[in-house]
Amino acid sequence: MTKEKFDAIVVGAGMSGNAAAYTMASRGLKVLQLERGEYPGSKNVQGAILYANMLETIIPDFRDDAPLERHLIEQRFWLMDDTSHTGVHYRSDDFNEPTPNRYTIIRAQFDKWFSRKVREAGATVLCETTATELVLDGGGKVIGVRTDRAGDPIHAEVVVLAEGVNGLLGTRAGFRKVPKPEAVALAVKEMHFLPEEVIGERFGLTGDQGCVIEAAGTISRGMAGLGFLYTNKESVSLGFGCLVSDFAATMESPYTLLDAFKDHPSIRPLLAGSEVKEYAAHLIPEGGYKAIPQLFGNGWVVVGDAGQLNNAVHREGSNLAMTSGRIAGEAISIIKSQGCPMGPENLSLYKAMLDKSFVVKDLKKYKDMPALLHTNSRNFFLTYPQLLSKAAQNFVRVDGTPKIEKEKATTAAFVKARSRWGLFSDAVRLALAWR
Amino acid sequence: MTAPFVRIEDRLYQNRYLVDAGRPHIKVRPHQSPSANLLALTRICPAQCYEVNENGQVEVTADGCMECGTCRVLCEANGDIDWSYPRGGFGVLFKFG
Ligand SMILES: Cc1cc2nc3c(=O)[nH]c(=O)nc-3n(C[C@H](O)[C@H](O)[C@H](O)COP(=O)(O)OP(=O)(O)OC[C@H]3O[C@@H](n4cnc5c(N)ncnc54)[C@H](O)[C@@H]3O)c2cc1C
Ligand code: SF4
Repeated sequence: MTKEKFDAIVVGAGMSGNAAAYTMASRGLKVLQLERGEYPGSKNVQGAILYANMLETIIPDFRDDAPLERHLIEQRFWLMDDTSHTGVHYRSDDFNEPTPNRYTIIRAQFDKWFSRKVREAGATVLCETTATELVLDGGGKVIGVRTDRAGDPIHAEVVVLAEGVNGLLGTRAGFRKVPKPEAVALAVKEMHFLPEEVIGERFGLTGDQGCVIEAAGTISRGMAGLGFLYTNKESVSLGFGCLVSDFAATMESPYTLLDAFKDHPSIRPLLAGSEVKEYAAHLIPEGGYKAIPQLFGNGWVVVGDAGQLNNAVHREGSNLAMTSGRIAGEAISIIKSQGCPMGPENLSLYKAMLDKSFVVKDLKKYKDMPALLHTNSRNFFLTYPQLLSKAAQNFVRVDGTPKIEKEKATTAAFVKARSRWGLFSDAVRLALAWR
Repeated sequence: MTAPFVRIEDRLYQNRYLVDAGRPHIKVRPHQSPSANLLALTRICPAQCYEVNENGQVEVTADGCMECGTCRVLCEANGDIDWSYPRGGFGVLFKFG
């Protein structure tokens, strides 16, 4: 294909790959980026909430031309049972600030924009090209990649594996394992189109204000899972995800659960009359800190979802991806500027810088959460939501029962379902995992 | 709670695909009776690409595949399936993602 040798090859033009390619190209490195999709974003799926700060660090003036949908002023957390939801809503006028903190985005459009920035920074971007294999020299150093295009392998001093959660190259080379079913969630998602004014009316929003709902409870039928609804300008992203291991154990169909979520009496009116224009599916890394593989080696680094750098508790992925991509790009630029080889002894700089960032610190904080939710999923996602709904209904409904009897009934229901010891140990374990 | 029944074909019909005719990117290893994980795919593949044929074996038709990787995570390690990405440019093409 090309006889040129590059300073770096970036595999993937998602959040992490674009951040890495942009960072290196804007520092003068000769960068080739490969993307298997027809255009960047054509293979990518996300909710999607964009956290402004991490993009701002890379492209300070992104608000001037990035395709942003709405800036978020309200967040709702719902615990659902079959007929009700108990919710916490946080809405603040403070979020109507000159440089908003969070936006909704549509990945296909956003990734195209980000990729344009990467090209403008000077990188060569090759789409419709699947990298099929890493090329190693006799000493085990990665010296390039093979692609599905005819021709010789392409060579570079270092390869940045930004291939996403289901990356082939790093796993085929034996640098990391394919994620285990209990370390990834399968999410399905639909795009529901509605007129802008209708979305504004239904969610109490004006202009480009946005609102998001995140929901857990019986909607996942006892599996560890989450539903979400994000408002875009003229559409609503609606999705639902559970651990692959739970899907396999229960044999539940993801689209049946998505349909049930849509038909929930709390969700149905929000979507009434919408036109569905896309149905998508994607994995989300959920293994947390303990699932992070080796992140650098002889001539290679891993960034983003491929390295399981995803905070499932806070549903943050793209900002960890962007930040790890940026840091890898910075580390490689530093090594290059010092004229040093791209071996593990120097590329360890990337890991050292990443450890100091919020990426690894946040993941470390929740290191015990995945295991807790996995082993206790029936309590957290089935029993408690039902109990909470009963308790709330008991509290709200006025029917002549003395209040003291109502309280006793509520306590008794919790104890009956989980036993005092069970409740106590769940609470303690949750607190410890959250610490 | 009665969910509205949306057929998988109607859902996938919304999506754009460029099928690489004659070059399926996923293959099921020939087997007599399917493993539990392989059987699970007939229910949990979000595009319903996996089906049990009249002989009780699991078959894959990857045309509607959204390349999520769920089947790879469940069935690659034990050799039930061969999994790859489609050639560059082929496969699902999300308009929104
Ligand atoms: C339903 C859903 C909702 C989400 N919601 C949020 C949210 O609200 N906020 C948030 O911050 N995060 C969210 N995430 C997580 C977020 O999407 C990911 O963390 C992020 O996209 C990871 O970026 P990445 O660059 O590592 O991988 P990706 O964005 O997946 O990019 C990988 C890229 O590599 C390409 N590629 C892969 N292999 C090859 C190859 N061999 N050759 C060439 N190209 C290749 C792919 O085509 C793709 O473009 C969500 C994820 C899902 C699935
Ligand atoms: S990759 Fe996903 S959509 Fe494609 S066949 Fe496998 S499970 Fe189904």
